[in-house]
Amino acid sequence: MQNDVIMAGFGGQGILLIGKMLAYAGMREGKEVSWLPSYGPEMRGGTANCTVVISDRPVGSPVIQSPRAVLAMNLPSLDKFEPDVRPGGLLLVNTSLIERKPARSDVTVIEVPANQIANELGNPRGANMVALGAYLGATDAVSLDGVIEVVRETFAAKPGVIDVNIQALRRGYEIGAACTVGV
Amino acid sequence: MTKKLMKGSEAIGEAAVQAGCHLFFGYPITPQNEIPEYMSMRLPQVGGTFVQAESEVAASNMLYGAAGSGERVMTSSSSPGISLMAEAISYLAGAELPVVIVNIMRGGPGLGGILPSQSDYFQATKGTAHGDFRLLVLAPWSVQEAANLVQDAFDLADYYRNPVLILGDGLIGQMMEPVEFADSREPIKVLPPKTWAATGHNGSKPRSVINSLFLDPEELERHNFHLKEKYDRMERDEVRYEAHGLDTDYDVLIVAYGTVARVCLTALEELAEEGVKVAMVRPVSLFPYPSAAVREAAAGAKAVLVVELSMGQMIEDVRLAVGRSKPIHFLNRVGGMLISPDAVIDKIRAIEDGSSEEVRHA
Repeated sequence: MQNDVIMAGFGGQGILLIGKMLAYAGMREGKEVSWLPSYGPEMRGGTANCTVVISDRPVGSPVIQSPRAVLAMNLPSLDKFEPDVRPGGLLLVNTSLIERKPARSDVTVIEVPANQIANELGNPRGANMVALGAYLGATDAVSLDGVIEVVRETFAAKPGVIDVNIQALRRGYEIGAACTVGV
Repeated sequence: MTKKLMKGSEAIGEAAVQAGCHLFFGYPITPQNEIPEYMSMRLPQVGGTFVQAESEVAASNMLYGAAGSGERVMTSSSSPGISLMAEAISYLAGAELPVVIVNIMRGGPGLGGILPSQSDYFQATKGTAHGDFRLLVLAPWSVQEAANLVQDAFDLADYYRNPVLILGDGLIGQMMEPVEFADSREPIKVLPPKTWAATGHNGSKPRSVINSLFLDPEELERHNFHLKEKYDRMERDEVRYEAHGLDTDYDVLIVAYGTVARVCLTALEELAEEGVKVAMVRPVSLFPYPSAAVREAAAGAKAVLVVELSMGQMIEDVRLAVGRSKPIHFLNRVGGMLISPDAVIDKIRAIEDGSSEEVRHA
């Protein structure tokens, strides 16, 4: 059993962070994990993406050409990675920032208004957590409780943001769980 | 002993510190900047010293001085930076100084790119610099193995009094994976005291001289034969490799090292589910090369497939191992492009159906 996902957005959206949290929670659950960032010649405000693999067996290729899931937080990310999603796979789209509909009809599309929900929660920077929650809800790649534990540790130095981030995760999880596909 | 999620670069740094390396000299270059970054944070905590030198040339000569005083010392760089260190590496080998050098390869030649590559195989294993010398070269395929090999590298460097090179690619440097460090660790070799080191012992014994200059030809010849004897012992005792799928029948034998071998392993497992039998030998030591293992494994195959992120540099060693006994096929990507498991699967199918052309003989 393997879950793999490419998470992509622009620099500053916290994409690499939610990827690390996912990998960390997977490791805590005794899974084999890898986290691989893009490190091309990027500039500030440019694109950022990472590939996370969570598996019951030692991770083979940490590079995933046809991921089981793609999380696109902005339009350039959707344009770049939509064609790569494995048929039957999962495409999570941040509809707050992406107006166009995905073209693929052979994948499960989950529309997540991540920024809008984060704003409603009074935590505009928590859109990444909403998106991570939606991915967890759809896949249960790792347990929601495990990720919540990682949130508590990650933000231990800033206790004021722990609860709002957990709220964001839960709101995302509900959206994802409503479209559970088990990829 | 608990698992930590670490970048390969950080794990390499921590492994060095835990192996007793308290000195690091380096100069930044992508994709391995997290190694000097980690060492600049970590070494002061253990009473060590980190120096960001003014250049790779300076850093590698600082290595020479520190190793000459008997200290465990490391540097790291990426392809063009290793070229700049080449002169000092030859001097280190000539003066028989134990050091660990990490090369996190990027694409070349010249300044090339910053993305993963394996294009320094020749440089690492055959032609690092002038003179008759060899580096002991170890190539990890995971973050955990990178940490383990770095620790072993310090013991091997001390044991053979020779530079040891850790050859990784950009993926090894940038990827995060779980790593475990043992609570305590015994050296993998019996290490004699460094009586040869220049430590300033107040005239209590003859001066130790760290030198690679031998103007007397007879003396230099003796030195060259002495070095060769060390390299022969490495070839006898330090060969490392991992075999996959050799215990059942197979048609194709893959030979691949580093992270590329993981991609191949995924392909191999997917093919096994379809009943296509493929085996793999993964060299871990690139010098000494596991020639016997490749030869013996190739004997059971119809064809050999070399997979590399270079224009085919390792094919030469595979050819030396298997001779003309088996057709050799080749799959590569270069310039920072990566090979996917699907590409390996397609290539294996092409070999099976006869549409793949074998590598031509010289």
